[in-house]
Amino acid sequence: MTTPIYLDYQATTPVDPRVLETMLPYFQNAYGNAASRSHAFGWEAEKAVDAARGQIASLIGASPKEIVFTSGSTEAINLALKGVVEMYASKGKHIITSEAEHKAVLDTCKHLEKHGVEVTYLAPDSKGRHTVEQVAAAMRDDTILVAIMWANNEIGTINPVREIGALCHDMGTLFFCDATQAVGKVPVDVQADNIDLLCMSAHKIYGPKGVGCLYVRRRNPRVRLVAQMDGGGHERGMRSGTLNVPGIVGLARACELCEQELEQDAAHAIALRARFEKKVFAALDHVHVNGDEEHRLPGCSNLSFAYVEGESLIMGIPNLAVSSGSACTSASLEPSHVLQAMGVGDELAHSSIRFGFGRFTTEDEVDRAADQVISAVNKLRDLSPLYEMVKEGIDLSTVNWTAH
Amino acid sequence: MAYSDKVLDHYNNPRNVGSMDKDSEEVGTGVVGAPECGDVMKLQIQVEGDTIVDAKFKTFGCGSAIASSSLATEWIKGKKLDEALKIKNTEIVEELALPPVKIHCSVLAEDAIKAAVQDFKDKQASK
Repeated sequence: MTTPIYLDYQATTPVDPRVLETMLPYFQNAYGNAASRSHAFGWEAEKAVDAARGQIASLIGASPKEIVFTSGSTEAINLALKGVVEMYASKGKHIITSEAEHKAVLDTCKHLEKHGVEVTYLAPDSKGRHTVEQVAAAMRDDTILVAIMWANNEIGTINPVREIGALCHDMGTLFFCDATQAVGKVPVDVQADNIDLLCMSAHKIYGPKGVGCLYVRRRNPRVRLVAQMDGGGHERGMRSGTLNVPGIVGLARACELCEQELEQDAAHAIALRARFEKKVFAALDHVHVNGDEEHRLPGCSNLSFAYVEGESLIMGIPNLAVSSGSACTSASLEPSHVLQAMGVGDELAHSSIRFGFGRFTTEDEVDRAADQVISAVNKLRDLSPLYEMVKEGIDLSTVNWTAH
Repeated sequence: MAYSDKVLDHYNNPRNVGSMDKDSEEVGTGVVGAPECGDVMKLQIQVEGDTIVDAKFKTFGCGSAIASSSLATEWIKGKKLDEALKIKNTEIVEELALPPVKIHCSVLAEDAIKAAVQDFKDKQASK
Protein backbone atom coordinates (compact mmCIF):
# COMPACT_ATOMS: atom_id res chain seq x y z
CA MET A 1 0.00 0.00 0.00
CA THR A 2 1.25 3.48 -0.85
CA THR A 3 1.67 5.98 1.96
CA PRO A 4 -1.67 7.67 2.59
CA ILE A 5 -1.99 11.36 1.80
CA TYR A 6 -2.72 13.33 4.94
CA LEU A 7 -5.64 15.71 4.42
CA ASP A 8 -6.96 16.01 7.95
CA TYR A 9 -5.23 19.18 9.13
CA GLN A 10 -8.26 20.28 11.18
CA ALA A 11 -7.97 17.10 13.25
CA THR A 12 -4.29 17.54 13.91
CA THR A 13 -1.10 18.59 12.17
CA PRO A 14 2.30 16.97 11.86
CA VAL A 15 4.91 18.45 14.19
CA ASP A 16 7.12 20.85 12.27
CA PRO A 17 10.72 19.51 12.40
CA ARG A 18 11.84 22.93 13.64
CA VAL A 19 9.41 22.59 16.57
CA LEU A 20 10.66 19.11 17.41
CA GLU A 21 14.25 20.28 17.33
CA THR A 22 13.47 23.06 19.80
CA MET A 23 11.74 20.63 22.15
CA LEU A 24 14.31 17.86 22.30
CA PRO A 25 16.78 19.43 24.76
CA TYR A 26 13.95 19.77 27.27
CA PHE A 27 13.53 16.00 27.36
CA GLN A 28 17.23 15.28 27.53
CA ASN A 29 19.36 17.80 29.40
CA ALA A 30 17.10 20.60 30.51
CA TYR A 31 14.60 18.35 32.25
CA GLY A 32 14.10 20.46 35.34
CA ASN A 33 10.77 21.26 36.96
CA ALA A 34 9.92 24.88 36.21
CA ALA A 35 8.67 25.21 39.78
CA SER A 36 12.00 24.14 41.33
CA ARG A 37 13.49 27.31 42.77
CA SER A 38 16.54 25.82 44.44
CA HIS A 39 18.75 24.73 41.56
CA ALA A 40 19.88 25.45 38.03
CA PHE A 41 17.71 22.77 36.44
CA GLY A 42 14.60 24.48 37.71
CA TRP A 43 15.84 27.94 36.75
CA GLU A 44 16.59 26.82 33.23
CA ALA A 45 13.12 25.31 32.84
CA GLU A 46 11.50 28.42 34.30
CA LYS A 47 13.46 30.60 31.89
CA ALA A 48 12.28 28.51 28.95
CA VAL A 49 8.67 28.70 30.10
CA ASP A 50 8.90 32.47 30.56
CA ALA A 51 10.31 32.89 27.07
CA ALA A 52 7.56 30.63 25.73
CA ARG A 53 4.88 32.76 27.33
CA GLY A 54 6.27 35.75 25.50
CA GLN A 55 6.27 34.05 22.11
CA ILE A 56 2.74 32.76 22.51
CA ALA A 57 1.45 36.09 23.79
CA SER A 58 3.08 37.85 20.86
CA LEU A 59 1.16 35.79 18.30
CA ILE A 60 -2.21 36.82 19.75
CA GLY A 61 -1.42 40.33 20.98
CA ALA A 62 -1.56 39.40 24.65
CA SER A 63 0.90 40.00 27.47
CA PRO A 64 2.91 37.03 28.80
CA LYS A 65 1.19 37.04 32.18
CA GLU A 66 -2.16 36.43 30.48
CA ILE A 67 -1.18 32.95 29.29
CA VAL A 68 -2.26 29.94 31.40
CA PHE A 69 -0.85 26.64 30.20
CA THR A 70 -3.18 23.65 29.93
CA SER A 71 -3.18 20.22 28.35
CA GLY A 72 -4.94 21.65 25.31
CA SER A 73 -8.11 23.40 24.24
CA THR A 74 -10.57 21.02 25.86
CA GLU A 75 -9.09 21.67 29.28
CA ALA A 76 -8.84 25.40 28.59
CA ILE A 77 -12.52 25.45 27.61
CA ASN A 78 -13.52 23.63 30.78
CA LEU A 79 -11.45 26.03 32.88
CA ALA A 80 -12.82 29.12 31.14
CA LEU A 81 -16.50 28.19 31.26
CA LYS A 82 -16.63 26.51 34.65
CA GLY A 83 -14.16 28.97 36.14
CA VAL A 84 -16.18 32.01 35.01
CA VAL A 85 -19.51 30.55 36.09
CA GLU A 86 -18.17 29.79 39.55
CA MET A 87 -16.42 33.15 39.95
CA TYR A 88 -19.26 35.30 38.68
CA ALA A 89 -22.19 33.34 40.13
CA SER A 90 -23.38 36.38 42.07
CA LYS A 91 -23.51 38.41 38.84
CA GLY A 92 -25.61 36.08 36.76
CA LYS A 93 -26.17 32.57 35.51
CA HIS A 94 -26.75 32.95 31.78
CA ILE A 95 -24.39 31.91 28.97
CA ILE A 96 -24.81 32.46 25.23
CA THR A 97 -23.16 30.00 22.88
CA SER A 98 -23.70 28.35 19.49
CA GLU A 99 -25.13 25.03 18.40
CA ALA A 100 -22.13 24.71 16.10
CA GLU A 101 -19.49 24.86 18.85
CA HIS A 102 -17.10 22.00 19.45
CA LYS A 103 -18.36 19.28 21.79
CA ALA A 104 -15.90 20.50 24.41
CA VAL A 105 -17.97 23.69 24.71
CA LEU A 106 -21.37 22.07 24.25
CA ASP A 107 -20.77 19.29 26.75
CA THR A 108 -19.33 21.72 29.30
CA CYS A 109 -22.46 23.84 28.88
CA LYS A 110 -24.64 20.75 29.33
CA HIS A 111 -22.75 20.04 32.56
CA LEU A 112 -23.27 23.61 33.75
CA GLU A 113 -26.98 23.42 32.96
CA LYS A 114 -27.27 20.57 35.46
CA HIS A 115 -25.91 23.00 38.04
CA GLY A 116 -28.49 25.69 37.40
CA VAL A 117 -26.80 27.68 34.63
CA GLU A 118 -29.07 28.78 31.79
CA VAL A 119 -27.61 28.43 28.32
CA THR A 120 -28.88 29.92 25.05
CA TYR A 121 -27.71 27.94 22.03
CA LEU A 122 -27.80 30.16 18.96
CA ALA A 123 -28.51 28.49 15.63
CA PRO A 124 -25.99 29.41 12.93
CA ASP A 125 -27.14 30.47 9.47
CA SER A 126 -27.02 28.06 6.54
CA LYS A 127 -23.30 28.78 6.14
CA GLY A 128 -22.53 28.13 9.79
CA ARG A 129 -22.09 31.77 10.73
CA HIS A 130 -23.47 33.99 13.48
CA THR A 131 -24.19 37.70 13.44
CA VAL A 132 -23.59 40.23 16.14
CA GLU A 133 -27.29 41.15 16.01
CA GLN A 134 -28.18 37.57 16.83
CA VAL A 135 -25.93 37.62 19.89
CA ALA A 136 -27.29 41.02 20.91
CA ALA A 137 -30.85 39.73 20.75
CA ALA A 138 -29.98 36.88 23.12
CA MET A 139 -28.32 39.12 25.73
CA ARG A 140 -29.97 39.29 29.16
CA ASP A 141 -29.21 41.29 32.29
CA ASP A 142 -27.77 38.18 33.87
CA THR A 143 -25.62 37.10 30.88
CA ILE A 144 -22.13 36.58 32.24
CA LEU A 145 -20.44 34.95 29.28
CA VAL A 146 -20.66 34.66 25.52
CA ALA A 147 -18.81 31.66 24.04
CA ILE A 148 -18.57 31.81 20.25
CA MET A 149 -15.81 30.05 18.35
CA TRP A 150 -13.53 31.86 15.93
CA ALA A 151 -13.58 29.25 13.20
CA ASN A 152 -15.58 26.06 13.04
CA ASN A 153 -13.57 22.86 13.09
CA GLU A 154 -15.83 20.96 10.68
CA ILE A 155 -16.62 23.54 8.02
CA GLY A 156 -14.06 26.28 8.66
CA THR A 157 -16.62 29.09 8.82
CA ILE A 158 -15.21 32.21 10.49
CA ASN A 159 -17.45 34.23 12.81
CA PRO A 160 -17.48 38.05 13.12
CA VAL A 161 -15.44 37.78 16.30
CA ARG A 162 -14.35 41.41 16.59
CA GLU A 163 -17.94 42.67 16.39
CA ILE A 164 -19.22 40.10 18.87
CA GLY A 165 -16.38 41.02 21.22
CA ALA A 166 -17.20 44.72 20.95
CA LEU A 167 -20.83 43.99 21.78
CA CYS A 168 -19.79 41.96 24.83
CA HIS A 169 -17.57 44.77 26.07
CA ASP A 170 -20.37 47.30 25.59
CA MET A 171 -22.71 45.08 27.57
CA GLY A 172 -20.18 44.28 30.30
CA THR A 173 -20.28 40.57 29.45
CA LEU A 174 -17.19 38.41 29.18
CA PHE A 175 -16.33 36.97 25.77
CA PHE A 176 -14.70 33.56 25.45
CA CYS A 177 -13.51 32.53 22.00
CA ASP A 178 -12.43 29.02 21.07
CA ALA A 179 -9.73 29.91 18.57
CA THR A 180 -8.26 26.43 18.28
CA GLN A 181 -8.70 26.36 14.51
CA ALA A 182 -7.94 30.04 13.93
CA VAL A 183 -4.73 30.81 15.83
CA GLY A 184 -1.79 30.64 13.47
CA LYS A 185 -4.06 30.43 10.43
CA VAL A 186 -5.63 33.89 10.46
CA PRO A 187 -4.51 37.04 12.33
CA VAL A 188 -5.69 37.00 15.95
CA ASP A 189 -5.32 40.02 18.22
CA VAL A 190 -7.08 39.78 21.57
CA GLN A 191 -6.95 43.57 22.01
CA ALA A 192 -8.37 44.60 18.65
CA ASP A 193 -10.73 41.63 18.63
CA ASN A 194 -12.11 42.40 22.10
CA ILE A 195 -11.52 38.93 23.52
CA ASP A 196 -11.42 38.19 27.25
CA LEU A 197 -10.69 34.48 27.18
CA LEU A 198 -9.29 32.45 24.29
CA CYS A 199 -8.03 28.92 23.94
CA MET A 200 -5.61 27.21 21.57
CA SER A 201 -3.94 23.84 21.12
CA ALA A 202 -0.36 23.28 19.96
CA HIS A 203 -1.18 20.26 17.82
CA LYS A 204 -3.34 22.28 15.41
CA ILE A 205 -0.42 24.54 14.56
CA TYR A 206 2.39 22.05 13.93
CA GLY A 207 3.21 21.65 17.61
CA PRO A 208 2.93 18.63 19.90
CA LYS A 209 -0.25 17.07 21.24
CA GLY A 210 -1.17 17.44 24.90
CA VAL A 211 -0.38 21.12 25.37
CA GLY A 212 -2.27 24.32 24.84
CA CYS A 213 -3.22 27.41 26.74
CA LEU A 214 -5.95 29.73 27.88
CA TYR A 215 -5.55 33.45 27.43
CA VAL A 216 -7.07 35.25 30.43
CA ARG A 217 -7.38 39.04 30.12
CA ARG A 218 -5.75 40.94 32.99
CA ARG A 219 -7.05 44.46 32.43
CA ASN A 220 -10.13 46.17 30.97
CA PRO A 221 -11.62 44.04 32.35
CA ARG A 222 -9.54 41.87 34.65
CA VAL A 223 -10.97 38.37 34.28
CA ARG A 224 -10.92 36.12 37.32
CA LEU A 225 -11.46 32.38 37.35
CA VAL A 226 -12.04 29.75 39.97
CA ALA A 227 -9.43 27.03 39.39
CA GLN A 228 -10.83 23.67 38.35
CA MET A 229 -7.71 21.70 39.29
CA ASP A 230 -6.56 21.74 42.91
CA GLY A 231 -2.92 21.34 43.77
CA GLY A 232 0.30 23.29 43.89
CA GLY A 233 -1.16 26.58 42.71
CA HIS A 234 0.76 26.78 39.46
CA GLU A 235 -0.13 29.33 36.78
CA ARG A 236 -0.98 32.00 39.36
CA GLY A 237 -3.39 29.62 41.03
CA MET A 238 -5.48 29.05 37.92
CA ARG A 239 -4.16 25.65 36.86
CA SER A 240 -2.22 23.41 39.21
CA GLY A 241 0.05 20.74 37.84
CA THR A 242 3.73 20.54 36.92
CA LEU A 243 4.29 22.40 33.69
CA ASN A 244 4.87 20.34 30.56
CA VAL A 245 8.10 22.16 29.73
CA PRO A 246 8.98 20.42 26.42
CA GLY A 247 5.37 20.78 25.28
CA ILE A 248 5.26 24.45 26.24
CA VAL A 249 8.53 25.13 24.46
CA GLY A 250 7.09 23.34 21.41
CA LEU A 251 3.85 25.34 21.54
CA ALA A 252 5.87 28.54 21.71
CA ARG A 253 8.11 27.62 18.78
CA ALA A 254 5.03 26.63 16.79
CA CYS A 255 3.50 30.04 17.55
CA GLU A 256 6.71 31.80 16.58
CA LEU A 257 6.78 30.00 13.22
CA CYS A 258 3.12 30.79 12.62
CA GLU A 259 3.75 34.44 13.36
CA GLN A 260 6.62 34.52 10.86
CA GLU A 261 4.93 32.42 8.18
CA LEU A 262 1.22 33.12 8.61
CA GLU A 263 0.74 34.88 5.28
CA GLN A 264 2.79 32.31 3.41
CA ASP A 265 0.96 29.39 5.09
CA ALA A 266 -2.43 30.92 4.39
CA ALA A 267 -1.63 31.63 0.75
CA HIS A 268 -0.34 28.07 0.32
CA ALA A 269 -3.45 26.51 1.90
CA ILE A 270 -5.84 28.72 -0.06
CA ALA A 271 -4.10 27.91 -3.35
CA LEU A 272 -4.21 24.17 -2.67
CA ARG A 273 -7.85 24.28 -1.69
CA ALA A 274 -8.75 26.21 -4.82
CA ARG A 275 -6.81 23.71 -6.92
CA PHE A 276 -8.60 20.80 -5.27
CA GLU A 277 -12.09 22.26 -5.51
CA LYS A 278 -11.57 23.34 -9.12
CA LYS A 279 -10.65 19.79 -10.15
CA VAL A 280 -13.50 18.23 -8.21
CA PHE A 281 -16.15 20.66 -9.45
CA ALA A 282 -14.96 20.30 -13.03
CA ALA A 283 -15.40 16.53 -12.91
CA LEU A 284 -18.49 15.99 -10.75
CA ASP A 285 -22.00 17.38 -10.59
CA HIS A 286 -24.09 17.73 -7.42
CA VAL A 287 -21.19 18.70 -5.14
CA HIS A 288 -21.90 21.27 -2.43
CA VAL A 289 -19.53 23.35 -0.31
CA ASN A 290 -20.58 23.25 3.32
CA GLY A 291 -19.66 26.49 5.04
CA ASP A 292 -19.10 30.08 4.06
CA GLU A 293 -16.90 30.49 1.01
CA GLU A 294 -16.39 34.15 1.83
CA HIS A 295 -15.45 33.63 5.47
CA ARG A 296 -13.59 30.35 5.54
CA LEU A 297 -10.40 29.01 7.12
CA PRO A 298 -7.65 28.83 4.50
CA GLY A 299 -7.07 25.07 4.55
CA CYS A 300 -10.58 23.72 5.05
CA SER A 301 -12.89 22.29 2.42
CA ASN A 302 -16.01 20.50 3.57
CA LEU A 303 -17.84 19.04 0.61
CA SER A 304 -21.07 17.08 0.27
CA PHE A 305 -21.20 14.63 -2.60
CA ALA A 306 -24.90 14.21 -3.07
CA TYR A 307 -26.28 10.67 -3.54
CA VAL A 308 -23.10 9.11 -2.14
CA GLU A 309 -22.88 8.11 1.51
CA GLY A 310 -19.86 9.53 3.35
CA GLU A 311 -18.60 6.40 5.02
CA SER A 312 -18.66 4.40 1.81
CA LEU A 313 -16.82 7.25 0.10
CA ILE A 314 -14.12 7.18 2.75
CA MET A 315 -13.81 3.43 2.13
CA GLY A 316 -13.33 4.23 -1.54
CA ILE A 317 -10.41 6.55 -0.89
CA PRO A 318 -8.30 4.38 1.43
CA ASN A 319 -5.16 6.31 0.56
CA LEU A 320 -6.59 9.62 1.71
CA ALA A 321 -6.65 10.51 5.39
CA VAL A 322 -9.82 12.60 5.64
CA SER A 323 -12.72 12.96 8.02
CA SER A 324 -16.42 12.27 7.46
CA GLY A 325 -19.00 14.87 8.39
CA SER A 326 -21.30 12.14 9.53
CA ALA A 327 -20.23 10.32 12.63
CA CYS A 328 -21.16 6.99 11.08
CA THR A 329 -17.60 5.84 11.53
CA SER A 330 -18.06 6.04 15.28
CA ALA A 331 -20.64 4.06 17.20
CA SER A 332 -23.34 6.69 16.70
CA LEU A 333 -25.12 6.96 13.39
CA GLU A 334 -25.95 10.63 13.78
CA PRO A 335 -24.83 13.07 11.13
CA SER A 336 -22.67 16.01 12.20
CA HIS A 337 -24.33 18.33 14.74
CA VAL A 338 -22.76 21.29 12.94
CA LEU A 339 -24.30 20.47 9.57
CA GLN A 340 -27.61 19.74 11.27
CA ALA A 341 -27.51 23.11 13.05
CA MET A 342 -26.91 24.80 9.69
CA GLY A 343 -30.00 23.12 8.31
CA VAL A 344 -28.10 20.96 5.84
CA GLY A 345 -30.44 18.04 5.23
CA ASP A 346 -29.46 14.74 6.85
CA GLU A 347 -29.09 13.29 3.39
CA LEU A 348 -26.37 15.76 2.40
CA ALA A 349 -24.87 15.67 5.89
CA HIS A 350 -24.39 11.92 5.46
CA SER A 351 -22.55 12.65 2.21
CA SER A 352 -20.02 15.14 3.53
CA ILE A 353 -16.25 14.88 3.78
CA ARG A 354 -13.83 17.35 5.29
CA PHE A 355 -10.56 17.87 3.42
CA GLY A 356 -7.83 19.78 5.21
CA PHE A 357 -4.74 21.23 3.57
CA GLY A 358 -1.74 22.61 5.42
CA ARG A 359 1.89 23.60 5.53
CA PHE A 360 3.22 20.27 4.30
CA THR A 361 0.58 19.46 1.66
CA THR A 362 1.90 19.46 -1.92
CA GLU A 363 0.24 20.17 -5.25
CA ASP A 364 0.97 16.63 -6.32
CA GLU A 365 -0.87 15.30 -3.26
CA VAL A 366 -3.83 17.54 -4.00
CA ASP A 367 -4.00 16.36 -7.60
CA ARG A 368 -3.80 12.69 -6.63
CA ALA A 369 -6.39 13.23 -3.91
CA ALA A 370 -8.82 14.92 -6.30
CA ASP A 371 -8.40 12.10 -8.85
CA GLN A 372 -9.11 9.47 -6.21
CA VAL A 373 -12.16 11.31 -4.90
CA ILE A 374 -13.57 11.77 -8.38
CA SER A 375 -13.09 8.12 -9.26
CA ALA A 376 -14.63 6.90 -5.97
CA VAL A 377 -17.64 9.21 -6.29
CA ASN A 378 -18.24 8.08 -9.87
CA LYS A 379 -18.03 4.45 -8.84
CA LEU A 380 -20.42 4.91 -5.93
CA ARG A 381 -22.85 6.92 -8.02
CA ASP A 382 -22.99 4.02 -10.47
CA LEU A 383 -24.07 2.02 -7.43
CA SER A 384 -26.44 4.66 -6.08
CA PRO A 385 -30.18 4.21 -6.56
CA LEU A 386 -30.61 7.87 -5.61
CA TYR A 387 -28.31 9.14 -8.35
CA GLU A 388 -30.14 6.92 -10.82
CA MET A 389 -33.50 8.33 -9.73
CA VAL A 390 -32.26 11.91 -10.00
CA LYS A 391 -30.91 11.20 -13.48
CA GLU A 392 -34.36 9.84 -14.37
CA GLY A 393 -35.82 13.15 -13.25
CA ILE A 394 -37.41 11.94 -10.02
CA ASP A 395 -37.63 14.48 -7.21
CA LEU A 396 -36.34 12.55 -4.20
CA SER A 397 -38.36 14.67 -1.79
CA THR A 398 -41.57 13.28 -3.32
CA VAL A 399 -40.59 9.65 -2.73
CA ASN A 400 -42.31 7.83 0.10
CA TRP A 401 -39.24 6.45 1.93
CA THR A 402 -39.33 3.81 4.60
CA ALA A 403 -37.40 5.53 7.39
CA HIS A 404 -35.76 3.12 9.79
CA MET B 1 -13.25 1.03 11.68
CA ALA B 2 -11.81 -2.21 10.39
CA TYR B 3 -13.92 -3.96 7.79
CA SER B 4 -13.91 -7.69 7.33
CA ASP B 5 -12.26 -9.07 4.19
CA LYS B 6 -15.65 -10.16 2.89
CA VAL B 7 -17.13 -6.67 3.27
CA LEU B 8 -14.13 -5.21 1.50
CA ASP B 9 -14.42 -7.78 -1.27
CA HIS B 10 -18.09 -6.98 -1.90
CA TYR B 11 -17.39 -3.26 -1.68
CA ASN B 12 -14.50 -3.42 -4.13
CA ASN B 13 -16.16 -5.94 -6.44
CA PRO B 14 -19.88 -5.60 -5.94
CA ARG B 15 -21.87 -8.43 -7.56
CA ASN B 16 -24.92 -7.91 -9.70
CA VAL B 17 -24.91 -4.14 -9.82
CA GLY B 18 -27.52 -2.69 -12.09
CA SER B 19 -31.15 -2.06 -12.79
CA MET B 20 -33.95 -3.99 -14.44
CA ASP B 21 -37.10 -2.68 -16.07
CA LYS B 22 -39.29 -2.09 -13.05
CA ASP B 23 -42.40 -2.13 -15.22
CA SER B 24 -41.73 -5.65 -16.50
CA GLU B 25 -44.17 -8.26 -15.22
CA GLU B 26 -41.31 -10.65 -14.54
CA VAL B 27 -39.49 -8.17 -12.34
CA GLY B 28 -40.02 -7.47 -8.66
CA THR B 29 -38.53 -4.30 -7.20
CA GLY B 30 -37.86 -3.54 -3.54
CA VAL B 31 -36.68 -0.11 -2.41
CA VAL B 32 -36.07 0.19 1.32
CA GLY B 33 -34.45 2.73 3.62
CA ALA B 34 -34.35 6.50 3.43
CA PRO B 35 -31.73 9.02 2.29
CA GLU B 36 -31.84 10.90 5.61
CA CYS B 37 -30.97 7.68 7.45
CA GLY B 38 -27.92 7.26 5.27
CA ASP B 39 -28.96 4.12 3.43
CA VAL B 40 -31.30 3.21 0.59
CA MET B 41 -31.28 -0.19 -1.10
CA LYS B 42 -32.91 -1.07 -4.37
CA LEU B 43 -33.04 -4.80 -5.02
CA GLN B 44 -34.65 -6.28 -8.12
CA ILE B 45 -35.44 -9.85 -9.05
CA GLN B 46 -36.32 -11.42 -12.35
CA VAL B 47 -38.62 -14.37 -11.85
CA GLU B 48 -39.50 -17.27 -14.09
CA GLY B 49 -42.26 -19.43 -12.65
CA ASP B 50 -41.39 -19.27 -8.97
CA THR B 51 -37.62 -19.16 -9.43
CA ILE B 52 -35.44 -16.08 -9.19
CA VAL B 53 -33.32 -16.29 -12.33
CA ASP B 54 -31.52 -12.98 -11.92
CA ALA B 55 -31.05 -10.28 -9.31
CA LYS B 56 -29.65 -6.75 -9.42
CA PHE B 57 -29.05 -4.09 -6.80
CA LYS B 58 -28.08 -0.50 -6.28
CA THR B 59 -27.30 0.81 -2.82
CA PHE B 60 -26.70 4.22 -1.30
CA GLY B 61 -25.10 3.51 2.05
CA CYS B 62 -21.99 2.55 3.94
CA GLY B 63 -19.68 -0.27 2.88
CA SER B 64 -21.57 -2.76 5.02
CA ALA B 65 -24.86 -1.81 3.40
CA ILE B 66 -23.33 -2.24 -0.07
CA ALA B 67 -21.85 -5.60 0.93
CA SER B 68 -25.12 -6.79 2.50
CA SER B 69 -27.12 -6.07 -0.62
CA SER B 70 -24.44 -7.45 -2.94
CA LEU B 71 -24.39 -10.67 -0.92
CA ALA B 72 -28.19 -10.81 -0.90
CA THR B 73 -28.33 -10.77 -4.71
CA GLU B 74 -25.78 -13.58 -4.84
CA TRP B 75 -27.75 -15.70 -2.41
CA ILE B 76 -31.19 -15.30 -3.96
CA LYS B 77 -30.16 -15.99 -7.53
CA GLY B 78 -31.45 -19.44 -8.50
CA LYS B 79 -33.60 -19.72 -5.39
CA LYS B 80 -37.34 -20.21 -5.34
CA LEU B 81 -39.30 -17.24 -3.99
CA ASP B 82 -40.18 -19.06 -0.76
CA GLU B 83 -36.54 -19.99 -0.18
CA ALA B 84 -35.44 -16.41 -0.75
CA LEU B 85 -37.92 -15.23 1.87
CA LYS B 86 -36.28 -17.55 4.41
CA ILE B 87 -32.96 -15.70 4.27
CA LYS B 88 -32.43 -14.10 7.67
CA ASN B 89 -30.43 -10.99 8.38
CA THR B 90 -28.46 -12.93 10.99
CA GLU B 91 -27.04 -15.13 8.24
CA ILE B 92 -25.82 -12.01 6.44
CA VAL B 93 -24.30 -10.69 9.69
CA GLU B 94 -22.48 -13.97 10.15
CA GLU B 95 -21.25 -14.26 6.57
CA LEU B 96 -19.92 -10.69 6.47
CA ALA B 97 -18.80 -10.57 10.12
CA LEU B 98 -20.71 -7.31 10.61
CA PRO B 99 -20.14 -5.47 13.91
CA PRO B 100 -23.20 -4.63 16.09
CA VAL B 101 -23.48 -1.04 14.76
CA LYS B 102 -23.88 -2.43 11.25
CA ILE B 103 -26.61 -4.99 11.95
CA HIS B 104 -29.22 -2.60 10.56
CA CYS B 105 -27.54 -2.99 7.14
CA SER B 106 -28.31 -6.69 7.15
CA VAL B 107 -31.87 -6.00 8.29
CA LEU B 108 -32.27 -3.64 5.37
CA ALA B 109 -31.01 -6.31 2.94
CA GLU B 110 -33.53 -8.83 4.32
CA ASP B 111 -36.26 -6.19 3.99
CA ALA B 112 -35.18 -5.49 0.41
CA ILE B 113 -35.53 -9.15 -0.55
CA LYS B 114 -38.98 -9.30 1.04
CA ALA B 115 -40.07 -6.08 -0.65
CA ALA B 116 -38.90 -7.28 -4.08
CA VAL B 117 -40.71 -10.61 -3.71
CA GLN B 118 -43.85 -8.85 -2.50
CA ASP B 119 -43.74 -6.45 -5.43
CA PHE B 120 -43.49 -9.38 -7.84
CA LYS B 121 -46.36 -11.18 -6.13
CA ASP B 122 -48.52 -8.04 -6.19
CA LYS B 123 -47.91 -7.72 -9.91
CA GLN B 124 -48.96 -11.31 -10.49
CA ALA B 125 -52.06 -10.89 -8.34
CA SER B 126 -53.19 -7.80 -10.21
CA LYS B 127 -52.84 -9.44 -13.63
